[in-house]
Amino acid sequence: MNAIKNWLMRGGYGSFVILALILVVVFPLAMDIFRLNLVGKYLTYGFVAIGLVMLWGYGGVLSLGQGVFFGLGGYAMAMFLKLEASDPESTKIQSTPGIPDFMDWNQLTALPLWWEPFKSLPFALFAVVAVPVLLAFVVSFAMFKRRVGGVYFAIITQAVALILTVLIIGQQGYTGGVNGMTDLKTLLGWDIRTDGAKYVLYFVNAGLLLGAILLCRWIQLSKLGTLLLAMRDKEDRVRFSGYDVSMFKVFAFCLAAGLSAIGGAMFTLQVGFMSPSFVGIVPSIEMVIFAAIGGRMSLVGAVYGTLLVNFGKTYFSESFPDLWLFLMAALFIGVVMAFPNGLAGLYESHVKPWLARRRSAGAPATLPVPPAPAGHAAPVKAEPALSARVSGQTA
Amino acid sequence: MSNTDFVLAIEDLTVSFDGFKAIDNLNLYLDRGELRVVIGPNGAGKTTLLDLICGKTRASAGSIKFKNEEMTRLPEHIRVRAGIGRKFQTPSIYENLSVFKNLEVSFPRGRGVFGALGFRCDDEVRAKVDEVAGMIGLADRLDMEAGLLSHGQKQWLEIGMLLMQDPELLMLDEPIAGMSAKERELTAELLLRICRNRSVIVIEHDMEFVSRIAHKVTVMHQGKILAEGPMEKVQADPKVIDVYLGH
Repeated sequence: MNAIKNWLMRGGYGSFVILALILVVVFPLAMDIFRLNLVGKYLTYGFVAIGLVMLWGYGGVLSLGQGVFFGLGGYAMAMFLKLEASDPESTKIQSTPGIPDFMDWNQLTALPLWWEPFKSLPFALFAVVAVPVLLAFVVSFAMFKRRVGGVYFAIITQAVALILTVLIIGQQGYTGGVNGMTDLKTLLGWDIRTDGAKYVLYFVNAGLLLGAILLCRWIQLSKLGTLLLAMRDKEDRVRFSGYDVSMFKVFAFCLAAGLSAIGGAMFTLQVGFMSPSFVGIVPSIEMVIFAAIGGRMSLVGAVYGTLLVNFGKTYFSESFPDLWLFLMAALFIGVVMAFPNGLAGLYESHVKPWLARRRSAGAPATLPVPPAPAGHAAPVKAEPALSARVSGQTA
Repeated sequence: MSNTDFVLAIEDLTVSFDGFKAIDNLNLYLDRGELRVVIGPNGAGKTTLLDLICGKTRASAGSIKFKNEEMTRLPEHIRVRAGIGRKFQTPSIYENLSVFKNLEVSFPRGRGVFGALGFRCDDEVRAKVDEVAGMIGLADRLDMEAGLLSHGQKQWLEIGMLLMQDPELLMLDEPIAGMSAKERELTAELLLRICRNRSVIVIEHDMEFVSRIAHKVTVMHQGKILAEGPMEKVQADPKVIDVYLGH
């Protein structure tokens, strides 16, 4: 028992177990399927948020175009589902039966060649991850090898998001245009619109998300995680220790892209459609806000941030639809200015010391109160942020 | 250009920034096991010279050969892997990692992305960390957060991070700047010890320190070499006295 407790504490897995219990036990028990499906939808953004923790929090690379990868993953999944939904029988009223309805409306008379492989589920699942990662690799390799970084890189990712949106909307006959791909029905004959399917998909989604957190945590604890942190603070020192810094950034970018894509595919499955409105600049920035509010150094925090902002969004946009965007912007600016490490940072700097004090007050005979983590921070101004960063390294 | 026995051979090296030649047709040869000190007034191009050797700055013309291999067009990390180590002027360490982690990360294994993922801190790594930590006098500080070290200890730690890689050429930019007298003493001993099986280039201003450690001194002025030789000879050179030592 104590061994398990030690393991939980040492790796910072305690917060992970709590999150897992909330997602797998509490939510399904406390909510009806409509609400649970909504939470499932929010959790797909959680994939993007934890990708951003790795890329932005650890790697120090801000991307404002994660919607691109979320969208590509979602579209790859949607293409498979759309083809399955467009069998000749159910599309017999079209002038060309057997092709997706939006193709028919746009006077296409045959399935485009590059759509053909998406008839196969294994290929579609492969493409869900491979296509976004490949794009991420090409973009980031070209940028990071040229030492493009910081704001300039963020602007490039915005441009990519804009280009992809324009491309999808413009190529209506191939992509479904501004409406996206709708009317998705079955996955290998299994109806994804039923309540039972929604339950299953919710658990698959939650399981994948928890698995993704563990994967990222493992990377954080490896030397690669250490190097990402080191690079963010002293890039030249890492470079002159014999590491090719650009390839580490490329890896972080591809990792974040792959995670976002899985989120996108799960979004398509749970919500039943995919459209360009999840690809562009606005959703991409929203996803950065999720990670920022939850805490960009904390994987678990990023998931809470995603849930919280989305609950807020649902509530406020129902009550004050005009105010929501302003409120969100204010929230973002407020978080970045007041507590740059987000909710998880607040927990580390305030709640945890308070809990420690309470615990030691409850058992006065055992150990003296550990000094407050900010105690040694006096001499250098930058130190509080540094020690916060170190303590922020728990999952 | 001819092959030589020199560990480092710099020939006709030039770099210009918008027409201003920071290094102007410079030639410099370094023997194996030699400790060379580069001195010169501010703006003479000393740091730029180190930047060129380690690849931080790209040369406009000329050649830099390390162990008879042309380095001039290679990226920085390849030069490091070839055996060139560079210490920066201000202590450049990972402040929020422990001293142990700082040294461990500098161990030359698992340098690719997937190598770093699979890297395990085994006995070989630990032994090397212990050995280096002993040399730089931080053996009892391994668990300390590096940002909490004193300025002098930070400088030593960065030297230690370079020693982890066993470079054949070590370049140190003002290693004793801001150190106390006692720390200078220890640093001089450290430098004399580590140059036994490698070549070292040091940039330094403190003449007493220079005369203590240098095998040979190179005086730079306006991107060129003004004088080269043992300390006494250089100190007596009227040209050197005129531009630098006399001030």
